[in-house]
Amino acid sequence: MSEAFRAEARAWLEANFPPSLAFKNPVPYQNDAPYAEGDPDWIVWRDRMAEKGWGAPGWPKMYGGGELDHEQTKILTQEMRRIGAFNPMKMTGYTMLGPTLLEFGTEEQKAQHLPGVAKGVTRWCQGFSEPGAGSDLASLQTKCVDMGDHYLVEGQKIWTSGANHADWCFALVRTDTSSKQGGISFLLIDMKSEGVETRPITLISGSTHFCEMFLNAVKVPKENLVGEINKGWGIAKRLLQFERDSLSEGRGEGVPLLPLAQERVGTDAEGRIADSDLRTRLVAHAMRAQAYNLTMGRIAAEGKAGQRNDALVPVLKNLGSDVAQVRADLIMEILGEQGLGWSGEGYSDVELDASHQWLHARAFSIYGGSFEIQNNIAAKVLLGLPSAPAPGR
Amino acid sequence: MAVLTEEQTMLRDMAAEWVPDRAPVTAFRRVAHEKLGHDPELWSEIAGTMGWAGILVPEEHGGSDFGYLSMGLVLEEMGRTLVASPLIATGVLGVSALRLGGNAEQQAAWLPRIATGEAIVAFACDEDGRHDPANVKLTAKRDGDGFRLDGVKAPVSEGVSADLLIVAARDEAGEIVLLLVPGDAAGVTRTRLDRIDGREAALIRFDGVIVGADAALTGGAALLDRVLDRGRAGLAAEMLGSATQAFDTTVDYLKTRVQFGQLIGSFQALQHRAVAMQGELLMTRSAVEAALAALDEDRDDAPMLVSLAKAIAGDTLRLCSREMVQMHGGIGMTEEHDAGLYYKRSATADATGGNGAFHRERYARLAGY
Ligand SMILES: Cc1cc2nc3c(=O)[nH]c(=O)nc-3n(C[C@H](O)[C@H](O)[C@H](O)COP(=O)(O)OP(=O)(O)OC[C@H]3O[C@@H](n4cnc5c(N)ncnc54)[C@H](O)[C@@H]3O)c2cc1C
Repeated sequence: MSEAFRAEARAWLEANFPPSLAFKNPVPYQNDAPYAEGDPDWIVWRDRMAEKGWGAPGWPKMYGGGELDHEQTKILTQEMRRIGAFNPMKMTGYTMLGPTLLEFGTEEQKAQHLPGVAKGVTRWCQGFSEPGAGSDLASLQTKCVDMGDHYLVEGQKIWTSGANHADWCFALVRTDTSSKQGGISFLLIDMKSEGVETRPITLISGSTHFCEMFLNAVKVPKENLVGEINKGWGIAKRLLQFERDSLSEGRGEGVPLLPLAQERVGTDAEGRIADSDLRTRLVAHAMRAQAYNLTMGRIAAEGKAGQRNDALVPVLKNLGSDVAQVRADLIMEILGEQGLGWSGEGYSDVELDASHQWLHARAFSIYGGSFEIQNNIAAKVLLGLPSAPAPGR
Repeated sequence: MAVLTEEQTMLRDMAAEWVPDRAPVTAFRRVAHEKLGHDPELWSEIAGTMGWAGILVPEEHGGSDFGYLSMGLVLEEMGRTLVASPLIATGVLGVSALRLGGNAEQQAAWLPRIATGEAIVAFACDEDGRHDPANVKLTAKRDGDGFRLDGVKAPVSEGVSADLLIVAARDEAGEIVLLLVPGDAAGVTRTRLDRIDGREAALIRFDGVIVGADAALTGGAALLDRVLDRGRAGLAAEMLGSATQAFDTTVDYLKTRVQFGQLIGSFQALQHRAVAMQGELLMTRSAVEAALAALDEDRDDAPMLVSLAKAIAGDTLRLCSREMVQMHGGIGMTEEHDAGLYYKRSATADATGGNGAFHRERYARLAGY
């Protein structure tokens, strides 16, 4: 059964995945809409996957998914990894909003929004963070008032990835000021609405994929509320779990390290990487990466057998960001001065990608809940350790 | 925890019940204190009543043939309370050597006695304080149909009480050969090594020891490697159990000890280190289970996975036992508390069968770095 599917997936991927995208770093395609849409091969790849339904492999067909079971999805992922392919739909809409709507959305909301996500034609952004509410997300202030036939939203969001290219935003808004977590609602906002304004912010990596977002008296239809009023925090927590889940899945492998090191650093008479200190650290990383991948595989197999443990997700997110950050550091070291280029002549694509990826990688332990916050959550939820007394007490 | 079969779940549950009941850490303390090596009564229960010495023995020789993952489950539970027993030396290394390299007579002579716990086996490979199977120097010279052995082996786990020694030697052609040597053979002198972890290890001298042609196992250096890998994976499973227990005990303490008017477990500096340990334990479990499963399937990537498991288990046990001492503060430094036992064990277990450096280097070569 599963071997037949593997053969089918392999044949289809080989016939349809554009070789020019092989082992490319998928992050820019996910974060930077103009970059992705400026690459004709990416468009071809997205549309073929959309037609096949494999961009959202586990979703129902009626929402544009592939209705693959868990095992088939795993095989598909393995086969993609083998040839250096990535899922072009793996963006905010697919990884976070989709599963949340499947769980909490009305039939109408699902029918309206999921197919565009599964086909990769609707882009979503996440309007959670605010200037005063980062790690302490529930202290958010963006105001949402019930005007009878619609909601009126007023406030400011920040660090909103892709807001400048997004069609829609899922946002957390305050509908009651008397309760911190119990006064938050979960709203879908059309980015073309009047009063929505975005200003890009440039990151240390040079990317401007994220924004300040101003919501000036934005009218939102009432059917865009997900779940009940003031019950948004529970939905948000679930969504953040999906976010951590997708972040802990690993970020696509990118260029393989061993051949790169052999080529750039050279080998000694016994075929070993010539720089023994670098070799040692490359191996230590390879072993941790393998242990991490084995762990993800094990947890998935356990989940399938009904032994799912969501409390582990913050730990996995931290392990995953650590592995990915060390990887980015090592590529820079392998490339030496050729890894220091910012743009233009004298540097290959791999080299330019390395420096930008190295800078971008610092974000892995900040977004989706920082390294420290993940540890706080795990200490409490997973290990049952007591909370610290509130500051100032 | 890997997805287990019904049989494995039963085995694990039985071990999880038996170990803390019959072999708690206090039992180990007595064994260590009285320098017994192991408690023969406990061993007869482990082998006889529980049947664990026969987990890898084929059914026709009186075992249950459950496989390495199953053996790992039992060893993990034993690691939790630091049970000192000859199970790895006998039930893993001994059985594996006989299964992979023994002929029908050799198997028939030893496997049934191993399965019942009647025969204890020690596997003698190391010689000079650093695990290095490529560096075996003990000589096996042709002597009529058999061999004459000269040299020293140390440390040999369970080497004091073993009825059968499986000895890695070098023949005149410079090839590695594994030989079955009865523990009471003329010319064998065994000395107990007193080591920090209180377990049984011996220094064994071979002075013109003569064995017959029927003593040799088939397979040479490749066999030695395969047998060692099975022992290393078993030890990694035991280390996973020890590390898990060190961690659990520590987290419990964080929930009961009060300082500055609050539970020390509410201090973020300690919380984050506890979560970091949990992450390492997750990865260690994955690596150990993957290695054992690869051995059960006899896959080509088993050696790499074993090196991964042994290296990471060593790092994790060192981390968890170190933090166990640290987070217990003064009490953790006392002989009376268990923390020191786990800390001492972390050093001997790491060194046995190759430490982290050895296995990272081996992994590097196998992976082409
Ligand atoms: C590249 C990138 C993309 C992002 N995209 C989005 C997006 O699309 N949508 C969105 O809503 N948000 C997004 N974010 C925001 C992200 O979720 C926040 O940056 C993050 O939650 C941290 O909040 P903060 O920046 O306000 O830092 P702060 O909360 O001010 O934290 C500062 C430092 O203090 C530490 N800290 C804070 N509280 C504690 C505590 N209790 N214990 C220990 N340490 C603590 C933090 O770990 C951090 O190191 C993005 C961020 C980045 C970097």
